[in-house]
Amino acid sequence: MRSGAGMEITMKKTIITVVGKDTVGIIAKVCTYLAENGINILDISQTIVQGYFNMMMIVDMNGCEKHFGDVADELATLGEKIGVMIKCQKEEIFDSMHRI
Amino acid sequence: MDSDMINLYEVTETNKMIEKENLDVRTITLGISLLDCIDSDLQRLNDKIYNKIYDAAKDLVKTGEKISREFGIPIVNKRISVTPIALVGSAACKTVEDFASIAKTLDKVAHEVGVNFIGGYSALVCKGMTPADELLIRSIPLALSTTERVCSSVNLGSTKTGINMDAVKLMGEMILETAEYTKENDSLGCAKLVVFCNAPDDNPFMAGAFHGVTEADKIINVGVSGPGVVKTALEKVRGESFEVLCETIKKTAFKVTRVGQLVAKEASRRLNVPFGIVDLSLAPTPAIGDSVADILCEIGLEHAGAPGTTAALALLNDQVKKGGVMASSYVGGLSGAFIPVSEDQGMIDAVRAGALTLEKLEAMTCVCSVGLDMIAIPGDTKATTISGIIADEMAIGMVNQKTTAVRVIPVIGKGVGETVEFGGLLGYAPIMPVNNFSCDAFVNRGGRIPAPIHSFKN
Repeated sequence: MRSGAGMEITMKKTIITVVGKDTVGIIAKVCTYLAENGINILDISQTIVQGYFNMMMIVDMNGCEKHFGDVADELATLGEKIGVMIKCQKEEIFDSMHRI
Repeated sequence: MDSDMINLYEVTETNKMIEKENLDVRTITLGISLLDCIDSDLQRLNDKIYNKIYDAAKDLVKTGEKISREFGIPIVNKRISVTPIALVGSAACKTVEDFASIAKTLDKVAHEVGVNFIGGYSALVCKGMTPADELLIRSIPLALSTTERVCSSVNLGSTKTGINMDAVKLMGEMILETAEYTKENDSLGCAKLVVFCNAPDDNPFMAGAFHGVTEADKIINVGVSGPGVVKTALEKVRGESFEVLCETIKKTAFKVTRVGQLVAKEASRRLNVPFGIVDLSLAPTPAIGDSVADILCEIGLEHAGAPGTTAALALLNDQVKKGGVMASSYVGGLSGAFIPVSEDQGMIDAVRAGALTLEKLEAMTCVCSVGLDMIAIPGDTKATTISGIIADEMAIGMVNQKTTAVRVIPVIGKGVGETVEFGGLLGYAPIMPVNNFSCDAFVNRGGRIPAPIHSFKN
């Protein structure tokens, strides 16, 4: 476990995943939302398998004034509009599972 | 950026486990000591119990939901365990009704703070019963029939003390009486009542959770799950050797347990309550694809219960522990594979197919955590027969230095082949036949079975 005491948890990175049928402008719309909310993208990777769009972003939400839960909700709603599923999760769950 | 950054493959794997394979954290259980509530005045005792639990647990559900949201992992249950009530109520309770009033207080506060179960309506009588212990045991039918969320457990034996056969006999009667008291609901009360040998003090799972007297004032214990994840991982190694099989289970158990460890540490930090243990159990639910029996089939059996089942379960249980121990700094509780019948669709199918019997289930309990769990039996089963079943299971635990348990439901008014519906996580079950040859003379002897020779290690 890297997380120790106190405030460290808020400095952690967030993983945003976007999964769904590929259409024009998915990345643009998600990135616009992130930019408008002061969320900085640190890394993007993306694949398309059999017409399915699969993207992951590592972002830093420290510059964002909204609560984590609200951002997660708004991204999910945005996803519904574009027809993809957008999830927003703190990085630790992946770190815990995949790193010793 | 660190070079060891999480990649798309890893993120996809985790989210697939959560979305498609029923990976979840089964329970965050807040253990609360009620020893400082003890009072000789029953009303004052009830007030103190209510207030202590309310203050300790008021943020539990909210915190659990927040953690769940931030990590994107379902946390199915938020629960409470308390000090065995036989101890807490011993100075105040003079009648079964007195004890049952504490059960009502527990039920009320459970509703108030929003937890779905509260465990610890319990007595620890592995060597002998105090008058309060016996009174609590005799109040179980009333307590469970007049509350909704209270769970009860009784420890009847241990490797160090042997088996309290007087209490075993009494519990056979109390299980039947609880069934009778709750017969309008298919004897549901018995689904909230479990007897143990070698009961752990830090078990987060119901119905057997209680907060042991060796524990701190408050503690967070977390139970993980993930039969579906193990099953899916094993689909990829069909036909491979046992070495490959075991490695796959171990790695999967590691990942599942790490999620539990993360959630436990987070809950501990946010609630400002020390972290106790992660219970690394494979706990099935009635949901399709969330079955321990399906793992046994994937290992190579036509049905759970076929020859080879005990060996398959033994290796499964062992690999789950080996992977899990590496993933968490403190492992405890029951830790292993659960084999309840009603809560596991694959087990139900095996019973229906005639592949799985009570006797085979008993054999399986020698090599996995817990014991005869959520098994519906005919309502006309004799109390002494239930006591005999309990004694057998306690003996397995005592001799093998492990926890064993019995949670059977004699369904009043129903017989073999009929089905009983408990609803929710408790599932449904076909009523299984019981060996009805008499053990009356054995059960009625009275006294205690001595501790086995290998318990003398001092």
